[in-house]
Amino acid sequence: MLSTLFDGLSLGAIYALIALGYTMVYGIAKMLNFAHGDIIMVGAYTILTTLTMNGHPIIGVVAAVLVCTVAGIVIEKVAYKPLRGASPLAVLITAIGVSYFLQSVAQLIFGSKSQAVQLASFGTVKIANAEINIGTLITLVVGAVIMIALTLFVKYTRTGRAMQAVSEDRGAAQLMGVNVNKIIMITFAIGSALAAAAGVFYLLQIPAVSPTLGSMPGIKAFAAAVIGGIGSIPGAMLGGVVLGVVEKFALSVPALAPYATAIEFALLILILLVRPIGILGKKRREKV
Amino acid sequence: MAMLEVKDLQVYYGVIQAISGISFEVNKGEIVTLIGANGAGKTTTMQSIMGLIPIKSGSVFYEGQNITKTPCHKIVTLGMTQCPEGRRIFQELSVYDNLLMGAFAIKDKKGLKEDIEKIYTRFPRLEERKNQIAGTLSGGEQQMLAMGRALMSHPKLLMMDEPSMGLSPLLVDQVFDIIKDINNDGTTVLLVEQNAGKSLAISDRAYVLETGKIVLSGTGKELMESEDVKKAYLGG
Ligand SMILES: Nc1ncnc2c1ncn2[C@@H]1O[C@H](COP(=O)(O)OP(=O)(O)OP(=O)(O)O)[C@@H](O)[C@H]1O
Ligand SMILES: [Mg+2]
Repeated sequence: MLSTLFDGLSLGAIYALIALGYTMVYGIAKMLNFAHGDIIMVGAYTILTTLTMNGHPIIGVVAAVLVCTVAGIVIEKVAYKPLRGASPLAVLITAIGVSYFLQSVAQLIFGSKSQAVQLASFGTVKIANAEINIGTLITLVVGAVIMIALTLFVKYTRTGRAMQAVSEDRGAAQLMGVNVNKIIMITFAIGSALAAAAGVFYLLQIPAVSPTLGSMPGIKAFAAAVIGGIGSIPGAMLGGVVLGVVEKFALSVPALAPYATAIEFALLILILLVRPIGILGKKRREKV
Repeated sequence: MAMLEVKDLQVYYGVIQAISGISFEVNKGEIVTLIGANGAGKTTTMQSIMGLIPIKSGSVFYEGQNITKTPCHKIVTLGMTQCPEGRRIFQELSVYDNLLMGAFAIKDKKGLKEDIEKIYTRFPRLEERKNQIAGTLSGGEQQMLAMGRALMSHPKLLMMDEPSMGLSPLLVDQVFDIIKDINNDGTTVLLVEQNAGKSLAISDRAYVLETGKIVLSGTGKELMESEDVKKAYLGG
């Protein structure tokens, strides 16, 4: 019971980290970046490459964060920036195209087979009679620290405030002297770095990488962002944790286990029926 | 040389022309008003000067510099900004954070505290409510915040788009007093107003805009006495 809760919370932290990228990009660039999940895969292959070159796992993690951050910035600049002001549908289709592009490139370089990535193996500790994996605890603690840091950054720094301002009213933010293109670039950089971190934790749970690695966690994290209220940072965190806990508890009950994913998406539908803007979503104000 | 010079400005929304070649200027130290009915193109003019709406043809000079294609955030650092129509304060941020956003373009943070104190002196209500989320302010308070926020960037030229909109008569008078104050403190003002009487009374000069064209111009006093203006904008 307790260990299921811990598993759920740590999976939730992973979903939350990914969901933050979706939600921040949606809030600030007003687009759904469907290639976001694939950034996890880019990070995982970076780690695989580092490990096969006998690099230390820590170097692999750092490299993954760097490569993903740069990838996020480049993708935004090359694929999305030229479409600023284009119809949302055109941007959405482009994002799906970027997703396939990343998966195809990975397949070209690494092949389509799943490969093992043994990043680290951890023992367990006993907390109140439950055996808890140390990797799970690390995910939980580091994930929470990252999310707290992000919250403080957005709330108390000049750039963070500009991100909030752009998210609420792009034109008004420009009148304050905010360079919207720069803020969007920073948002992609942060979102991709968070996805890299999520990828690292994901590998601790399932130590294997394939070109489609990012699809499922990406879709679930998107669902988490919508459950929490897309555009809302605390919403993405809450949505991620809710989805992670639900998934792990469903998997722990033999009768429900085969339907775990179905249950998660049923939850998404249910929440959207009750509250279409998500748990912490804000109603769009009418512009005067 | 005029501080702001707009030459033969043309602006389109898709294929529809909103501004059909207008020219006007604002000199240093003046209050200049654009009056015009709903949909005349006042907001469009201001937004395109600020680089928020693309300009089809014509040019905009600010302090002798061609800013026709300059992005908005750069124009702000040159010393010109706008208090936009509908206030558009950041509703989810606190009053204080809104003021900080106003100072976004100011690189030197040394004078920041003093600047905020100055705003609080001008608008005591804002100090009382500095930690309140801006979206919960009353309409009048939001207008004060929008003006305070715009002043935080030390504009040499401040454009204001219908600052008296939706306010009670008492507050409207207060807003016009504040505009005069701001101008007396050395800020040049380009004003857009529906309230033609009050705005012409404080204006050095004014232009009348009708469906994207300037049809009349003169000093505030001249326009107040013009029969056409009286009929169309002063209710008789
Ligand atoms: N985003 C837009 N897309 C298409 N047409 C627009 C857009 N914004 C404004 N217009 C049109 O351009 C014309 C000028 O509008 P504008 O907002 O500049 O008028 P205004 O003088 O500021 O009016 P008001 O006093 O009502 O604020 C109007 O006919 C309006 O319908
Ligand atoms: Mg207007």
